[in-house]
Amino acid sequence: MSVPTIAVEGLGFSYPDGTVALHSIDLHIHPGERVALLGPNGAGKTTLILHLNGIHMPQHGSVAVSGLELSRDNVMEIRRRVGIVFQDPDDQLFMPTVRADVEFGPRNLGLEGDELDERVDATLETMEVADLAERPPNHLSFGQKRRVAIAGVLAMEPAILVLDEPTSNLDPASRRELATTLRALDTTLLVVTHDLPFALEMCPRTLVMDEGRIVANAETAEILRNDELLKQHRLELPYGLSIAVGD
Amino acid sequence: MAGGHVHALYRHGESALHGLLPQTKIAAAFLFVFAVVATPREAFWAFGSYAFILIGLAAYAGLGIKFVATRMIVEIPFVIASLAFPFIAGGDKVTVLGIQLSQSGLWDMWNVLAKATLGLLTSIVLAGTTEIPNMLKGLDALRVPRVITAIMGFMIRYLDVVLGEFRRMRVAMRSRGHDPKWLGHARPYAASAGAIFVRSYERGERVYLAMASRGYAGHMPRSTIEPAPATQWLGVLAVPMFAWLIVALAWWSL
Repeated sequence: MSVPTIAVEGLGFSYPDGTVALHSIDLHIHPGERVALLGPNGAGKTTLILHLNGIHMPQHGSVAVSGLELSRDNVMEIRRRVGIVFQDPDDQLFMPTVRADVEFGPRNLGLEGDELDERVDATLETMEVADLAERPPNHLSFGQKRRVAIAGVLAMEPAILVLDEPTSNLDPASRRELATTLRALDTTLLVVTHDLPFALEMCPRTLVMDEGRIVANAETAEILRNDELLKQHRLELPYGLSIAVGD
Repeated sequence: MAGGHVHALYRHGESALHGLLPQTKIAAAFLFVFAVVATPREAFWAFGSYAFILIGLAAYAGLGIKFVATRMIVEIPFVIASLAFPFIAGGDKVTVLGIQLSQSGLWDMWNVLAKATLGLLTSIVLAGTTEIPNMLKGLDALRVPRVITAIMGFMIRYLDVVLGEFRRMRVAMRSRGHDPKWLGHARPYAASAGAIFVRSYERGERVYLAMASRGYAGHMPRSTIEPAPATQWLGVLAVPMFAWLIVALAWWSL
């Protein structure tokens, strides 16, 4: 089997006030996979993803990205490999123009000149925001901001793209268009979401987290058909929807 | 989307002034203001010439009287303050319409008013023809420390976000029946200012996380700088050079 893009073994973490956020998490994501991470508020999803790029350092266990084990010395390389797109695009877009923002990551990696321009242009093209390049971020619609935020991370050519609630606050058309764009990427994806239909559409595999543990790991359709499991972990399909057998 | 306050300073146009590289404009504006300040206050003709140059540039850039006039409003507090000078300053008195006014106070008033107005007019012409991101690029090109331009960039970027939050909070307050009329009703505003401070602080943390996640390690990358050709430098700097010539003449003719 290939070297997993993400290999988390026995990861444990508690906050300074003693609250245990993660209990011995094991998690493997392989190159090219698209995985959804579901769970109620406070389940530890955000804490987990902040470990994947070394914002939090493991207190117990280990995190490895494409075979490189996370440590204080290689945290910059880990951050290049793991691209996290945060929930509020206003937090992510801090530069004066869209282009400057997408350039931020690659410049930190030392790219300059034509190489930088090519990388940025290609990424803007992929996220279909090339026409917004010279605009200041505060002049964009919410959906556009989200696309630019993803472009800013994608421009670092990460081994895995981690999206925190990518569909929140999007209107149905923007959500649809975003799904289409994301599906066209060949990047490994981890999608943290409450949007179960989106998880089903995007990700063949799903993990369910609750109270700092991974409580389920299976095919997305199988998990969404398991009413008992969903109910137990405060997950719900939108009213009137159910997953047909064979989906 | 939220109409930006910051962007209200810029007027879209196609004039040659708009097309100049920002670093030349910023340097010229800076030197021009210095010349204005260095002019002896007695040289009325010099101030007249500066005003003529600035009004000419504003007209050329298509800024319009209303655009300029509304942006001059920020000067009002300074005008009011300077109007007090003739009444409070000492020295020889002159009688104007039966009121005793200090002669040196009148000179001070004129000095402050003329120089502040011309300085403000210069910055209106600069800001009116230079978009904010370009202004930051221009400062970068002039080798202003990156820390300073980065802080300016963040301020500009988040001003709209924070004002947007304040606006939504105010709508939420009014939707729950808050109808401020008196100063005593200001309490909820003070509370919301506090809340916004805390939120902004937390947002700062999140922005930092997002930056760190994209490889930030303590140094903001410099933007790509387009160097200005020597001919453009010469052409643009001719304006402040001319102003400095006026300064020299004004001191010489005293």
